[in-house]
Amino acid sequence: MLAKRIIPCLDVTAGRVVKGVNFVELKDAGDPIEIAKRYNDAGADELTFLDITASSDDRDLILHIIEAVAEQVFIPLTVGGGVRKVEDVRRLLNAGADKVGINTAAVTNPQLVADASGYFGSQCIVVAIDAKRVDGHWEIFTHGGRKPTGIDAVEWAKKMEKLGAGELLLTSMDRDGTKSGFDLELTRSISDAVDIPIIASGGVGNLQHMVDGIKIGHADAVLAASIFHFGEFTVDEAKHYMQQQGIEVRL
Amino acid sequence: MTQLDIAVIDYGMGNLRSVDKAMEYVSPNAAVKVTSDPDEILSAGRVVFPGQGAARDCMREIDARGLREVIKEAARSKPFLGICMGLQVLFEHSEEGDTPCLGIFKGEVVRFPKEAMHDDAGEKLKVPHMGWNNVHQSMSHPLWTGIEDGSRFYYVHSYFVQPASPDSVTGFSHYPFPFTCAVASGNIFAVQFHPEKSAQAGLTLLGNFITWDPFKTKSACDMADSNCA
Repeated sequence: MLAKRIIPCLDVTAGRVVKGVNFVELKDAGDPIEIAKRYNDAGADELTFLDITASSDDRDLILHIIEAVAEQVFIPLTVGGGVRKVEDVRRLLNAGADKVGINTAAVTNPQLVADASGYFGSQCIVVAIDAKRVDGHWEIFTHGGRKPTGIDAVEWAKKMEKLGAGELLLTSMDRDGTKSGFDLELTRSISDAVDIPIIASGGVGNLQHMVDGIKIGHADAVLAASIFHFGEFTVDEAKHYMQQQGIEVRL
Repeated sequence: MTQLDIAVIDYGMGNLRSVDKAMEYVSPNAAVKVTSDPDEILSAGRVVFPGQGAARDCMREIDARGLREVIKEAARSKPFLGICMGLQVLFEHSEEGDTPCLGIFKGEVVRFPKEAMHDDAGEKLKVPHMGWNNVHQSMSHPLWTGIEDGSRFYYVHSYFVQPASPDSVTGFSHYPFPFTCAVASGNIFAVQFHPEKSAQAGLTLLGNFITWDPFKTKSACDMADSNCA
């Protein structure tokens, strides 16, 4: 049986992982390569790197990180953040990313999703959707959640699937950082509206939240940052808990 | 031209860096190269045939680079590992874009049928089949050495192979029905999943490929006549 996936997310800026990572005896808490190896050893099913570098001068640093990680960690690697052009996708894939996340640029230029999936295949194009509850539906926001678009999130998800997205990374802006669990209604509405896999993100505070995201929200994978980074739970603990709740996981 | 231990065939379909890096990792002293040069491919010790994307594009790009006969020759004469599209296009025909393929294995490539995609509880199953699934070994093979039966490998695909004969099937997975995920014949082994992205199980399989000698008996005879008397 296909396993539901657990995907730790690392925020990277100027070549360093930000947000504390609380692995025992980690020599350098900001070293993306060592952190990636630790997560791999801990049983992470994939890794996502989110490049939050503000300055475009430092953007290339993520390429070096991905190159180095891809030489030592043999699980799928997704990279997102600041992807604007087909050439950006190409550079990340050439560096060793297996999938590339497109967020703001999918809204400003939906053709990018079609072009990138046409060139490189749907399997490597993840469209990231930041959604927020507005007037009884969910609206998508861009630019790190700052800019409203007026676009309905469920309709947008269907459109992205049609344009060639291979997977959707869905973040609830209402829940992100709250530790109160995923927006299950949002997750389920989108997961049921498309045939491609959904990664739920935003709001995980405990292991039951992950179970709910999969069982009630119908997510195919769950992405989490802080509960792993701060050492509250390990990936292995999360998987054992999910297994006890009847969810198929890779152990 | 470089004399390669392992040629990873590049025909412009997708990202081959992961395959390249994984081969280098399991075989640090080998000369590994991603190449579309027919001479490099045909003089290499072993050949890896990866690929991503749509079947029609794959076949078009193979032909655009003049690699059709090169791939067929490599599949006749060298330890040959097909991965993902590099499994699918070894078959006669793909439903994806109604595409005639290389025909090295008899059979069809078909899409996961929409009406069948739900689990026992009636929940919808997504296509592409993406993630880690158990691989059941239906036949023993040197490339399965050291890999526990039922180990999970990483998949991303919407189509799967249906060999005309069960003789070549060496592995299968369930989604939700059993489908063939590994075939073998002589010097060819080909898989639907991505060993280069399947953590330790995948690295073990790639390591097995590096040391696999499908021509053992024959090459022993070639090298030392006395052994064959």
